[in-house]
Amino acid sequence: MEPFHTHTGILAPIPRANIDTDAIIPKQFLKRIERSGFGSFLFYDWRFQSDGTPIPDFVLNQAPYSSASILVAGPNFGCGSSREHAPWALLDYGFHVIIASSFADIFYNNCFKNGVLPITLPETDVEALLAQAQAQPGFTATVDLREQTVTTASGQSVHFAVDPYRKMCLLEGLDDIGLTLRHAAQIDEYEKTAPFAVAHA
Amino acid sequence: MARPQTLIDKIWDAHVVREQAGEPTLLYIDLHLVHEVTSPQAFEGLRTSGRKVRRPDLTYATVDHNVPTTDRALPITDPISKQQIDTLRANCEAFGIPLADIHSRDQGVVHVIGPELGLTLPGKTIVCGDSHTSTHGAFGALAFGIGTSEVEHVLATECLQQTRPKTMEVFVFGQLPSGVTAKDLILGLIAKYGTAFGTGYVIEYRGPAIVALSMEERMTVCNMSIEAGARAGLIAPDDTTFAYLQGRRHAPQGADFEAAKQRWRQLCTDADAAFDARIEFDAQTLVPQVTWGTSPGMGADVTGRVPDPAQMADPVARRSAELALAYMGLTAGTPMQEIRIDRVFIGSCTNGRIEDLRAAAKVVQGKTIASHVKAMVVPGSHLVKEQAEREGLHDIFVQAGFEWREPGCSMCLAMNPDVLAPGERCASTSNRNFEGRQGRDGRTHLVSPAMAAAAAIAGHFVDTRQLA
Repeated sequence: MEPFHTHTGILAPIPRANIDTDAIIPKQFLKRIERSGFGSFLFYDWRFQSDGTPIPDFVLNQAPYSSASILVAGPNFGCGSSREHAPWALLDYGFHVIIASSFADIFYNNCFKNGVLPITLPETDVEALLAQAQAQPGFTATVDLREQTVTTASGQSVHFAVDPYRKMCLLEGLDDIGLTLRHAAQIDEYEKTAPFAVAHA
Repeated sequence: MARPQTLIDKIWDAHVVREQAGEPTLLYIDLHLVHEVTSPQAFEGLRTSGRKVRRPDLTYATVDHNVPTTDRALPITDPISKQQIDTLRANCEAFGIPLADIHSRDQGVVHVIGPELGLTLPGKTIVCGDSHTSTHGAFGALAFGIGTSEVEHVLATECLQQTRPKTMEVFVFGQLPSGVTAKDLILGLIAKYGTAFGTGYVIEYRGPAIVALSMEERMTVCNMSIEAGARAGLIAPDDTTFAYLQGRRHAPQGADFEAAKQRWRQLCTDADAAFDARIEFDAQTLVPQVTWGTSPGMGADVTGRVPDPAQMADPVARRSAELALAYMGLTAGTPMQEIRIDRVFIGSCTNGRIEDLRAAAKVVQGKTIASHVKAMVVPGSHLVKEQAEREGLHDIFVQAGFEWREPGCSMCLAMNPDVLAPGERCASTSNRNFEGRQGRDGRTHLVSPAMAAAAAIAGHFVDTRQLA
């Protein structure tokens, strides 16, 4: 995983609540067996007609939003299916940061596994960012993970909370499995009793 | 005396491999269920890093999301679906994982076969790359959905890095009225408290209305915990649970079962244990539910009307409702029972079990579906299908005009050829009514099996209590 330190980019506003993972990456694109290449299908039903022609009204079909890398959206972002294809599609499209007032648990967790930073901010701050991004196409912000700040091009800065362990893993781009395997002896020890594990054939 | 604990805390504590301040807990996983859609990239990751599957004997795979539900003797026509199914088969062979393949008698929706094969047991930690893994909580297991990176993590280590969840008690008092089902209970709960009230929590469902539920009904409730935002929801095991499990193939047998039962009886929340949050819900006043929007929380009583966004005080809710009504092609104020439907889907990990099919068949028996309606029943597994056929339920459905299909996820997420056409309106026993979930521009109304069956016959929604 690529380490995440700071990121500066254009904000794309999608002022909707409950944006689900079916909307982020519709199921017809989940049949691929690779991790890459999902960006072209991001928000497919909102971006494209069924015949594949772009829908001009959708924000990501409008320059300069089309080259945005920070997504700002309504509450409960990423609800629904556990599909990790959702953060894969966001990252593959070019989004490194998602800002919302709340996230669904599984999606939130999946982001950190892929070097995407989900930032939870109070609803008023999200509303302000949405308004600025809508009023000024190309409006940018800088996210500093070490300092835990989002600073807009107009100079406003807000602090965000992040779990210290997740922050450390993201800053260093650490591989979870590698970290866990350092404790193989403790897993061996647990397995000697493992009170609820029932091996099947 | 030890501090009183919740069931959630007891299961958690029994699975801690390693705890270190400032780090997530390393939690042991007892059962890892695998399917074709969220696993290929995880196996590829293992190969790239030269890792093995630590416990193939605690791992079990099947194909469900992508499989056709039509004649299985025919080849799969979608080459990409076929590749995903073939890839799972090759991965299971290479890594030694048991697989209920497409032609196996054990094949079915992963959350239907886990319980029916006795793989799902009280006290276990259970994960799967699927958000509806919460279903298995019905047995007093701590069961939750994970992403593909975590699938790889569990394959390699049989553990997960997890932060202890907050605990929530959902106490359901009273008893469900006649003609009102477990599906109405969970839909009603989400309609009242929203799709995020469980975020960050594991829910324990308690109270007389919960205790009275059958295992199938408990699975329906726990299944949709994720629609309330909770990764997991569970119910303490009791005699209903043990009666369901006795004799299941992978459950302990004979004297071992009796010994296990004694241990499982300890799996309950101690008197005076404190939850981080608690909500109450009255089962007694519940009415059959129908969703009208594009989020599972957008639900109404079948006796009610499509709500008017203009009456909503919260601007976010109003905007969401406006978008939903536009997508759903509905007008505010329309009585729910006047909504005419085109399609009916009975099946899924929420409502594809034998009791669900019995409930639907009871409504359908001796009747014919409305002439403009296309309806299908997709059993949750082969074993469910066989049982239903032994009971003659398939004849009831087929004579009424339903299609009787092979098991799989089917139109719950419409990854296979079972898809709504644009504009089609479906009464569905599944769990999500998101935009495009059952097909681009398809319109989904979530209901119980009895409500779906009644809608198939009438051609519009009806109050199933009047059929009782």
